[in-house]
Amino acid sequence: MTSELRGRARQALGRDRVRANIRRAMDGLIDKRRAAFPDDEELERLRDQGMAIRDHALANLPSLLEQLERNCAADGIEVHWARDADEAKGIILGIIRRHGGEAVIKGKSMVSEEIGLNRCLEEAGVEPIETDLGELIIQLAEEHPSHIVAPAVHKDRREIAELFGQHYPEEPYSEEIEHLTALARRIMRERFKGTKIGLSGVNFAVAETGTLCLVENEGNGRLSTTAPDVHIAVTGIEKVIARLEHLAPLLTLLTRSATGQPITTYVNMISGPRKPDELDGPREVHLVLLDNGRSRIHGDPELRATLRCIRCGACMNHCPVYVRIGGHGYGTVYPGPIGSILEPQLQGLARQGELAQASTLCGACAAVCPVRIPIPQLLNRLRQEQARAEPKARRPGAWIEGIIWRGWAWIHASPARYRGVAGLLARTAWLAKRSLGPWTRTRTAPPIAKRSLHEIARDEGLSHE
Amino acid sequence: MSDARTQILRRLAASAAGGVPCPRLEPRRFDWTPEEARERLGAMLEAVHAEVHQVGNDWPRVLAEQLSRAGARNLVYGAEGPASRALAAGWPEDGPRLVGFDRPIEEMREMLFEQADAGFTSCLAGIAETGSLVLWPTPAEPRLLSLVPPIHCVLLARDRIHSTLHALMVNQSWPERMPTNALLISGPSKSADIEQTLAYGVHGPKRLMVLIE
Ligand code: SF4
Repeated sequence: MTSELRGRARQALGRDRVRANIRRAMDGLIDKRRAAFPDDEELERLRDQGMAIRDHALANLPSLLEQLERNCAADGIEVHWARDADEAKGIILGIIRRHGGEAVIKGKSMVSEEIGLNRCLEEAGVEPIETDLGELIIQLAEEHPSHIVAPAVHKDRREIAELFGQHYPEEPYSEEIEHLTALARRIMRERFKGTKIGLSGVNFAVAETGTLCLVENEGNGRLSTTAPDVHIAVTGIEKVIARLEHLAPLLTLLTRSATGQPITTYVNMISGPRKPDELDGPREVHLVLLDNGRSRIHGDPELRATLRCIRCGACMNHCPVYVRIGGHGYGTVYPGPIGSILEPQLQGLARQGELAQASTLCGACAAVCPVRIPIPQLLNRLRQEQARAEPKARRPGAWIEGIIWRGWAWIHASPARYRGVAGLLARTAWLAKRSLGPWTRTRTAPPIAKRSLHEIARDEGLSHE
Repeated sequence: MSDARTQILRRLAASAAGGVPCPRLEPRRFDWTPEEARERLGAMLEAVHAEVHQVGNDWPRVLAEQLSRAGARNLVYGAEGPASRALAAGWPEDGPRLVGFDRPIEEMREMLFEQADAGFTSCLAGIAETGSLVLWPTPAEPRLLSLVPPIHCVLLARDRIHSTLHALMVNQSWPERMPTNALLISGPSKSADIEQTLAYGVHGPKRLMVLIE
């Protein structure tokens, strides 16, 4: 296991083009988010609300799920429960078969990635059609999303143009984004018109009204849930919220944190299938509620905060590790900081525990998380658990580490010792550079300043406070 | 299947302590005058490439002109919609052809996907803060009218502009009367999935024409 993550990370670091694509995109998203929250006070108030709403929902999860089920059923939405991925896939496939579906038009859904739905459908002879532009690109490339909001963020327009060229050789080749987008529209129109089954995720499920709320920009989500005869929505059990009015702060937190938009182009609130007097809309709506490890996470009062997540992606946009190794470097469905806490819990520490190490604990994720998930704290918790589970023998350098830290503490305990050592370091920087050993094999050694901050401050005439 | 349900709920019940009060929201308020709210709504919509027209009661003529200029050959509308009578009455002879959406989608699908150039709907409300149009599709104005044709035209009454989504939901008691489908629409369809560069008109309408009356 250990070597797998490292191996993938090393590979990812070697892909310069991918790294440049991701860097550019993340920088853009960071700027857009910052511009979308010009008022710090408002942002902090919203984050408090977001956290409180999600905490309330999790504290009352079973009763809210029952209320959701009742209200959905009252309006004709059929609710299904799935303990794990296989059960969810069985339910979905059963619905598709009952309607003789040969293809499914899909809106974007990370839960469908989590359960490996596309593979399952293909094996069953049902064609999964990804309609979100980013997801379509990923499907054509036979890859997995590298970001939960922007799945094809690691690809540039040339790669995408080549991909479209290979799959649609009859269409004229172009690297223009307008043209590529128009091409996707043309290809998908027929499928939207003719496909009987649609599938989507859910952003928020409102217990009070039995409403499924979906946000998107392209219109493919609305088409996938409105044009076919049957709509299947699949979501994790944690997505429920108590009240309709709770949507207001959550929506604004989600879209501003994710892409810096004040709101997405479409907010789609579905509370039932077509009524007898209505002229369109699906005749059946199904909601599949997936557990898949979530109830176990829910059982731990500290780790439960993981389930507050509203999947905005801000933590990955701001993560120095994600920016360097990209989503594929993690090798999991959910990458980035949220993936590093969620995946080890979903799949178990034995399989994905090393992900908890893939962080510098810089705290950027927690500083931007709209529902205040203390990601570094949870990473630490998972690390501790892993260390406890691991036999000592697997950490050969542990005793040296002990000595180094004790020395560090001794030096820092006295100003005189600290000044002495700092001065010594400045004069012997050339030595240190060579002898940092394995640490500098993968890093550039930081230059040690000739003069310490203390000295500079003293010269500038700054006093002690 | 029912034991999946029982099992999941039982597991959750073991750890759901409750005890967390339902959050009282104190949403942000804006003291915009109606004028300011309308301006804000228009500016927000224009910022995401919607086309906003302030109109009087000759709005059908204005719309027909805009559509002709856009090269639209027809306009699909809900014949029983709240503004439909006015639309038909004020529609110029030489305007694009008016087509009623008056049968189930099964019979309209071909026309809607293959021939429709523009769709017309009314609008329940506007939200100034985010520049959003609120649609509650009805039997008279089905959902796909605002989604399938390449141009979506919306008529919004100026006295229906609210400051925020939260105020609207609370003032109109949405929780007691949610329709099968409620929509917020803020601009034409778009994507930034390629190099974070915005492109308009992906799967939904390429153009959104908003008439504020
Ligand atoms: S952990 Fe927080 S920042 Fe990361 S995706 Fe979830 S809600 Fe967004």
